[in-house]
Amino acid sequence: MTSPAPAAPGLKPFAAMLRREFAGYFRTPLAYVFLAVFNAFAVSLAFFVGGLYESGVASLDRFFLYHPWLWAFLAPAAGARLWAEERRQGTLELLLTWPITVWQAALGKFLAAWLFLACALLMTLPVAFTVGWLGDPDWGVILSGYAGSLLCAGACLGIAAIASALTRSQVIAFVTGFLACFLLVLVGYGVFDELLAGAFGSAGIDEIRRLGLWRNLEPFTLGLIDARPVAYFLSVAFAGLGLSTIIVERR
Amino acid sequence: MPLIEAQHLSKSYGALRAVRDVSFSVDRGEVVGFLGPNGAGKSTTMKMLTGHLRADAGSARIAGFDVADEAVRAKQHLGYSPEGAPAYGEMTVREFLRFAADLRGLADPAESVRRTLALCRLEEVAAQGIDTLSKGYRMRVGFAQAVLHDPEVLILDEPTDGLDPNQKHEVRRILKEMAATKAVIVSTHILEEVGELCTRVIVIAKGEVRCDESREKFLARGADLNAVFRQLTA
Repeated sequence: MTSPAPAAPGLKPFAAMLRREFAGYFRTPLAYVFLAVFNAFAVSLAFFVGGLYESGVASLDRFFLYHPWLWAFLAPAAGARLWAEERRQGTLELLLTWPITVWQAALGKFLAAWLFLACALLMTLPVAFTVGWLGDPDWGVILSGYAGSLLCAGACLGIAAIASALTRSQVIAFVTGFLACFLLVLVGYGVFDELLAGAFGSAGIDEIRRLGLWRNLEPFTLGLIDARPVAYFLSVAFAGLGLSTIIVERR
Repeated sequence: MPLIEAQHLSKSYGALRAVRDVSFSVDRGEVVGFLGPNGAGKSTTMKMLTGHLRADAGSARIAGFDVADEAVRAKQHLGYSPEGAPAYGEMTVREFLRFAADLRGLADPAESVRRTLALCRLEEVAAQGIDTLSKGYRMRVGFAQAVLHDPEVLILDEPTDGLDPNQKHEVRRILKEMAATKAVIVSTHILEEVGELCTRVIVIAKGEVRCDESREKFLARGADLNAVFRQLTA
């Protein structure tokens, strides 16, 4: 009895990885806590801080305004386990001696986490329906806002993946991931203007601000899908995915 | 063609030369006992054989496939259980094995899982979370994941570590059953295991191969295996 020559594995390892990782979120109560927290904050920020209702305008821009903050906090929370947990349990050694390439494994993990964040985002749809019930919003604009928010989540997740690849502690992965994302939220708000003007001149400030999450999300919330912010979010997401994979591969 | 081939493997961690120019090969039907004191370079050598660690110099082949250049092909023929038998603790035994079977793209994953659960006597804990299992069961889960796809090459890092005598006996029984069609490397620091299980012995100390011979020759070195071991690894 010898093992038959295994066929080329194709996409099976990748699919198995994606399934396990996605289901993994729901194995612990943490996922439900996460979804609840995301929703509670997304809705209460929009209504109580953003004044969505009082504005009297049937649009979701006051809802999406806070999404960079939410993702900066929650994408690292969801992404902290990506690699840190594998290192802590010692399963990384197992995974890397199974017939899957690191890239397939990394992509499976990343897309599963992104999908999970998409679930959190989808659960906020009642907010959109409320606006639709109260007024007559432009559904195309709402759709583009959701698309932008999802891309923004991917960018934060890319950063979280790097943080997670560097450590065996989920707490450290979360904190460093959050700080990096937080920085990208802040540069959009001009709090660093004086500091940056000293270093780059006032013309440089605007360029730096383009790197902020909100500056790139804003056009989406107005119904504008521009190539530049799309490229920005996707390149941060995939640069994060690539870098984290290289870190894991080189270990 | 030997199923396992190590050629001039070397690995350093900073200034520490963990493995120096280690070469050997293992054929089908052989069970090689990998002996040596803690920190001798046993695990490092195994990690290089499995492709988990990149060798500084030298190469390794599993079933004829280079572990660096044809990694996925090599890994399809390999079953490996790292030291301490790590596993995804939040999954049940059955879920974990099913995941491993799916990831390996096995033709009939459900049947492979069923057969392996029976072989490793894990049926009664199949629905339990791996984190809730005793050490003996956890080690068996690590072993089960390594033999799930009936690989030609088995590399087991201290598979009997921390097991009680009955459990040790059980693992050895399963290994012996499978050994005829496979090339097996088992690391251990339990010298009695040599006589019971292995057909050949490789002693490694300070990163170098100190002896590589048949079980009979090794056992003939002296009645007191502990003394033989001390002298070889000094």
